[in-house]
Amino acid sequence: MSTKTLAQVEEQFETFQILNEEGEVVNEAAMPELSDENLQEIMRRMVYTRIWDQRAISLNRQGRLGFYAPVAGQEASMLGSQFALDKDDWILPGYRDIPQIVFHGLPLHQAFLWSRGHFAGSQFPDGLNILFPQIIIGAQIIQTAGVALGLKRKGKNNIAITYTGDGGASQGDFYEGMNFAGAYNAPAVFIVQNNRFAISVPVEKQSAAKTIAQKAVAAGIEGIQVDGMDVLAVYSATKQARERALAGEGPTLIETMTYRYGPHTMAGDDPTRYRSSDLDDEWTKKDPLVRFRKFLEKKGLWTEEKENEVVEKAKEDIKEAMKQADSAPKQKVTDLIGFMFEDLPHNLREQMEEYTAKESK
Amino acid sequence: MAQMTMIQAITDAMRNELKNNEDVLVFGEDVGQNGGVFRATEGLQKEFGEERVFDTPLAESGIGGLAIGLGLTGFRPVMEIQFFGFLFEVFDSVAGQMNRMRYRTGGKLTSPITVRSPFGGGVKTPEMHADSLEGLVAQTPGLKVVIPSTPYDAKGLLISAIRDNDPVVFLEHMKLYRSFRAEVPEEEYTIPLGKADIKREGKDLTIVTYGAMVHSSLKAAEELEKEGIDVEVIDLMTISPLDIDTIIASVEKTNRAIVVQEAQKQAGIAANVVAEITERSILSLEAPVLRVAAPDTIYPFAAAEDAWLPDYKGIIETAKKVINF
Ligand SMILES: Cc1ncc(C[n+]2csc(CCOP(=O)(O)OP(=O)(O)O)c2C)c(N)n1
Repeated sequence: MSTKTLAQVEEQFETFQILNEEGEVVNEAAMPELSDENLQEIMRRMVYTRIWDQRAISLNRQGRLGFYAPVAGQEASMLGSQFALDKDDWILPGYRDIPQIVFHGLPLHQAFLWSRGHFAGSQFPDGLNILFPQIIIGAQIIQTAGVALGLKRKGKNNIAITYTGDGGASQGDFYEGMNFAGAYNAPAVFIVQNNRFAISVPVEKQSAAKTIAQKAVAAGIEGIQVDGMDVLAVYSATKQARERALAGEGPTLIETMTYRYGPHTMAGDDPTRYRSSDLDDEWTKKDPLVRFRKFLEKKGLWTEEKENEVVEKAKEDIKEAMKQADSAPKQKVTDLIGFMFEDLPHNLREQMEEYTAKESK
Repeated sequence: MAQMTMIQAITDAMRNELKNNEDVLVFGEDVGQNGGVFRATEGLQKEFGEERVFDTPLAESGIGGLAIGLGLTGFRPVMEIQFFGFLFEVFDSVAGQMNRMRYRTGGKLTSPITVRSPFGGGVKTPEMHADSLEGLVAQTPGLKVVIPSTPYDAKGLLISAIRDNDPVVFLEHMKLYRSFRAEVPEEEYTIPLGKADIKREGKDLTIVTYGAMVHSSLKAAEELEKEGIDVEVIDLMTISPLDIDTIIASVEKTNRAIVVQEAQKQAGIAANVVAEITERSILSLEAPVLRVAAPDTIYPFAAAEDAWLPDYKGIIETAKKVINF
């Protein structure tokens, strides 16, 4: 009886798709309303991010960037969902989710400074509703329930969205976040980017559940699994989740089926230890850029020329942003001491003096 | 004897104990096929199988609870917290549950668990990876807290930790993992927990320290020797419980002491060492016991690490203050 119930539940979580690997529309009814400009902008962002990812990897190898978690493969999942947001919505990202906050308004050079571990990278512009990439897996998810409830109580017409990975869906905080948001009927959207691996551990070893989307059931919230390599499907699912949240219909968990082509991070991870080249090949065929490019080309909305323009622009911007990051003042200990409290207590006052003397030498 | 890095010595200790006792289990995030993010468990799953060395889902609280449960059913868990900054995720299991198992059951049940975790600064990790949180666990009754500073010590102490019938938090400084090699016997040996090691003998000043700061202190001692100051360096190795006898005997010989830690001044265990010294040997002191530590901020962003972390120059400066008091 209970096995049967489980099977019935699991059956409901089929992967939602609009574009297949050939860029053909397979779900006409679900096509979102997007102008030609919107469609081109989405492509532009994905191409831009792919170039940025390549550059970031090489800058990291040259020692010119700090911590970096590659994103190639996940562009549709990241940018399709971000494109569905209003500019005043809140984003609570995980460490990999830098593209979303950059397209939400974080200047690129600040993303680079953050990567280098310079605190000027975290002093983001006023009015930008983001948090900084969370390192503690799961912490952002419970905070999202809080932000969403806050937005609701303050009468704002905005949502809070957060991201984690398939591994993150194992954390207690993941369940607590969904459960709280559900209990308070808070306007939250939880995205789990299922790129199949948590560093080296495959998703099959994370959980006995067939999908992560079905985990919404226990929290009593909506859950959907989406083809994460299909930017239109991700956009559309997020847009609907956002509208439902604002209409008071509760939070949604969205599982995007995706893949990261690169290593987990640039800090010594070697994917060949845990990933087969067959699997890599299988997912390269699903590439979100290729698929969407085919779709747009058929509509006469994308050309090689357009693509090259974006590539050049991205390279130009990155160069400029690196220059800006390089010119940031050297990080001082006194700056850090100064930000510990509004008023410095005795111990920090003394240490401030000590380090002021050292730094003036 | 073999030349080993600290991380190889740690792997060797686990291999030894996995061989020695089939109840020993090694688990955590990425410790299996990947051999750990630092390769501390490299090859162990291949050698001992997935039943003995295994990956867990990504949930530290789950890992801690699993260790407690396995401990209750006769196993000897060696659990890994991938970076000690993630301690907070498993703090209830470590500092609220496993440490009181023996106490609350009047000795009927125990937690023979080893909690292994990398920590420590100077490697420019992102936030919440390097933080020196040893003070939090060292202040928790019912836990032993071990921090080795050399490959030789690491192997002997880890074998002792795994064989200990009480929970031991075993902290591995990331910067020491591969910074040098040293001779480590291939055969098994143990180093007792709760005992400090005098890494350098001297008669003018005692430096009490642990972890990576042992090396900075030894370097400072070398420099001070050139100026005719003869420094004794005590490596605590176990920071809880403290080896009071070794500390006090040294201070009573040198009459001067400083305590060096990488942690913030208000964190770590230096304050506790100072308190023990003043309570027990105030009359033998020629000068106040000073501390060398990091400032009381949140652990810094990577770009500020070098300026923020205590170094041998700061140790020399403080040592001279005490000598010239
Ligand atoms: C609480 C916590 N535990 C462990 C880690 C170390 N860690 C960083 S990323 C990662 C795997 C994450 O996998 P997943 O959630 O699937 O996201 P992905 O990196 O694949 O996008 C681990 C174990 C961490 N940062 N925080």
